[in-house]
Amino acid sequence: MAESMHVRPSVASVEQRVAAIDAAFEARNLKPAGAIEQLEHAADEVWVPRNGARVVARAWTDPAYRQRLLANGRDAVLELGLTMPAHHRHLVVLENTPRVHNVICCTLCSCTAFTVIGLPPDWYKDLEYRSRIVRQSRTVLKEMGLELPPEIEIRVWDTTADTRYMVLPLRPAHSAGSSEDQLAAIVTKESMIGVARL
Amino acid sequence: MDGMHDLGGKQGFGPVRYALNAQVFHAPWEKRVNALYSLAVRLGIFNMDEYRHAIERMEPRHYLSASYYERSLTSLATLCVEKGIVTAEELERRAGGAFPLARPGAPGRSNAAGRERFQPGDRVRVRDDHTPGHARMPGYIRGKRGVVVGVSPAYPFPDAHAHGVEADAEPTYDVRFAAEDLWPHDADPALVHVGVFESYLARDDG
Repeated sequence: MAESMHVRPSVASVEQRVAAIDAAFEARNLKPAGAIEQLEHAADEVWVPRNGARVVARAWTDPAYRQRLLANGRDAVLELGLTMPAHHRHLVVLENTPRVHNVICCTLCSCTAFTVIGLPPDWYKDLEYRSRIVRQSRTVLKEMGLELPPEIEIRVWDTTADTRYMVLPLRPAHSAGSSEDQLAAIVTKESMIGVARL
Repeated sequence: MDGMHDLGGKQGFGPVRYALNAQVFHAPWEKRVNALYSLAVRLGIFNMDEYRHAIERMEPRHYLSASYYERSLTSLATLCVEKGIVTAEELERRAGGAFPLARPGAPGRSNAAGRERFQPGDRVRVRDDHTPGHARMPGYIRGKRGVVVGVSPAYPFPDAHAHGVEADAEPTYDVRFAAEDLWPHDADPALVHVGVFESYLARDDG
């Protein structure tokens, strides 16, 4: 049959497809020296949750900083020497209290304040979290190991515009007397997304 | 567009596959794709709204079955072809096989007529409208009522910015909804906040 001569070739592997676009960039001098290496390095070493952990620890120990952070998150994280991309013009810091628990998501894709809290983990970008956290927040958090007492109000924040959010977790009671560095060491990416408490 | 990517509130998905300290990358190609698309944005080949929209334009079955970084790859390649950087034939020749791209887009749109400025505390209603092009309004808030709790600086309007259409930048509002209003009788009680562009909102006089 003539049609059988026109069967589409099978889909190239993702590795082959990435290599193809990479080579096409190379062939057109679209890869300035060091640019790819710099971006890969940033993904591994610069955009890490340790950044947000420093912000949280400072907010726990310096009330004036906490006020600035809650009033203008972007200015306050830049003050600590952190960076945010130009299109992240606004960072809203969501303060957990004994009565309120905040959790962030992006139902449309994967938006996060990645330069501050680190690049989003797999599960944050998966279909399950994106579809369910807005509608079944208490159930999903419980499935993820965070069972909140019924009197705690849950506030979900869906990152649908270019405003970015991060959660300011509650400081654990057992941390009294810890130094700022010691406090930063206990703050996790999960707590700044809001799927865990410390 | 009412695309497959608009997942908020969709039912049928199972437990989140959750692990503490989950890896960000699993293979070198994932990190390379992330760097290449970021580089393309820095070089001005496309903007983030075009990038997001090209992901949304993926054939729905491809979208649902592709990994996150395969979606990034597909958007990057689609936009490079559409912008005339490379042809689909060259990509397939270099890849040694088929290279599925996203489907063609529909026209974008400029800002809505009759936009209003809002302040925290204002009661708003999400306009009941649809567009075949890019939008950043999750379907689950369409037509719903909420309260403004925050205002952002002005951003490029995505429905225009993803399509090269002229438009004013506009603020987004953090709007608070009750989950029980979004999905009556079938939601865990919570307050759900969404970043909503001004063009998607009207004052709620009701």
